[in-house]
Amino acid sequence: MTDRLLEMRNVTVGYRQPGLGFVTAVDDVSLELAGGEVLGLVGESGCGKSTLARSICGLEPLRTGTITFKGIPVNRLSLRRRPKPLVAIQMVFQNPYASLNPRRTVGSQILDGVRASVRPVRWTVAELLSEVELDAADALKYPHEFSGGQRQRIAIARAVAASPDLLIGDEAIASLDASLQAKIARLMRRLAVESGAALLFISHDLAVVRVIADDVAVMRKGVIVEHGPVSQVWDSPTHDYTKRLLAAIPVVDGLGTMPGTAA
Amino acid sequence: MSAILSIRDVQLSIGDAHILKGLSFDVPSGQVTGLAGESGSGKTMMGLAICGLQPAGSSLTGSIEYDGKNLLGLPPREMNSLRGSEIAMIFQDPSASLHPMLTVGRQITDHLRHHTGIGKAEAARQAIATLGELQVPNPESALRKYPHEFSGGQLQRIAIAGAIICKPRILIADEPTTALDVTVQAELLRLLKHLCVELDLAILFVTHDLGVMSALADRIVVMRTGEIVEQGSRFDVITAPQHPYTRSLIDSLPHALSWGDQGVQP
Repeated sequence: MTDRLLEMRNVTVGYRQPGLGFVTAVDDVSLELAGGEVLGLVGESGCGKSTLARSICGLEPLRTGTITFKGIPVNRLSLRRRPKPLVAIQMVFQNPYASLNPRRTVGSQILDGVRASVRPVRWTVAELLSEVELDAADALKYPHEFSGGQRQRIAIARAVAASPDLLIGDEAIASLDASLQAKIARLMRRLAVESGAALLFISHDLAVVRVIADDVAVMRKGVIVEHGPVSQVWDSPTHDYTKRLLAAIPVVDGLGTMPGTAA
Repeated sequence: MSAILSIRDVQLSIGDAHILKGLSFDVPSGQVTGLAGESGSGKTMMGLAICGLQPAGSSLTGSIEYDGKNLLGLPPREMNSLRGSEIAMIFQDPSASLHPMLTVGRQITDHLRHHTGIGKAEAARQAIATLGELQVPNPESALRKYPHEFSGGQLQRIAIAGAIICKPRILIADEPTTALDVTVQAELLRLLKHLCVELDLAILFVTHDLGVMSALADRIVVMRTGEIVEQGSRFDVITAPQHPYTRSLIDSLPHALSWGDQGVQP
């Protein structure tokens, strides 16, 4: 179970768009993820990274290729309940305002996750809230009573509640303040690694991915152009696109160094 | 170098909530003044107050001096003639700041024609020139397109074009690059710097990202819960922050952390 938690083989996903025909969002991607591994997936908007994440959850029909999770094929989600083992894939979305139900207390929403857990090791709502540095008393509050960063932590607690073997964060930190991003990203890593789960962390920001991921895959126009250990990709990127992404990260030196390459 | 906009002891409260608690700083021409702070610090409200766009029912005191006039005491009519022509603003989400059902050409020339009284053809000519300056591809055909036909980065360029077309002296940029990819952000930061120098614009750049600030701002003002905790030159604030809050903002950036301090608790 340690290796090949998730296996994607030649996965192609696309959409039919009026006037444009068939648009390929994910183009022949193969990826493997082992238990406890933290993979960062980086790319610009429109590169297909969210589509890739959604297809792992069975939210997108595959055009070609296969996705297996612990040897079980991931098929497109239907009206039926997800096959029990696939509940061990949990996702945290970009916008915590949209991913929490405004009319239910956060405690009851986290409890949904606990009940869905596939593993006997169960969390309590209070434990989960303290893991994400919130008060046990916060369980009785509603989402609108929290700030964006707190809400995202609640969404993470809800995902972790189901004791996932694979946690996916799809731009989970993009809507947060710069000073909070690294903190929340590290929180996700810690919770995933401590519970032995793998983490697929999707972001457009290489700087954040660098501090939490073991491996990084760089995606462009549906294709993974570079894949390797973070330090290697960071220090000696081979693909031009990766170089461009790295150059665009602002340097905090106080010297007014402009990011990116001169046009 | 002279400050075209000087803000003195500005206080804003809505009901019992004190949003701004006495802010004073200068925004000089030809420079980018950075206004940094986390969400809820009041930085956006400060930008809106300069444009006279503070929420209805709020009380605003102090003085915002522009060109010898105190903007706070100005009658609405006079404020209307300054807003959009001499003081312009761009926002975080360009797809929300542009009307989805009007063409780009109409939206970036509407206020130009209103303020200057020029004709449609002349306005279109100026719009094409401005879009060209902002490196929007095919400015002529862009004028006839609608916002949904552009990417986020292009829309932000169009929003900037609309802001600078009246040749304003002050540009308030409220998180203009936050919603964009890093590569697009890099291009826009270069563009804003270029405009600032070229047009001798006074830019007030509002952002939560001190990394962006370090690239673009000449001076940095750091805000927290409606108060200024620190202000100074970019180099001093970034490399030797005086206030522990500024330091914590800088230390929390991923750039400041090195790979391998996993042991440090978040």
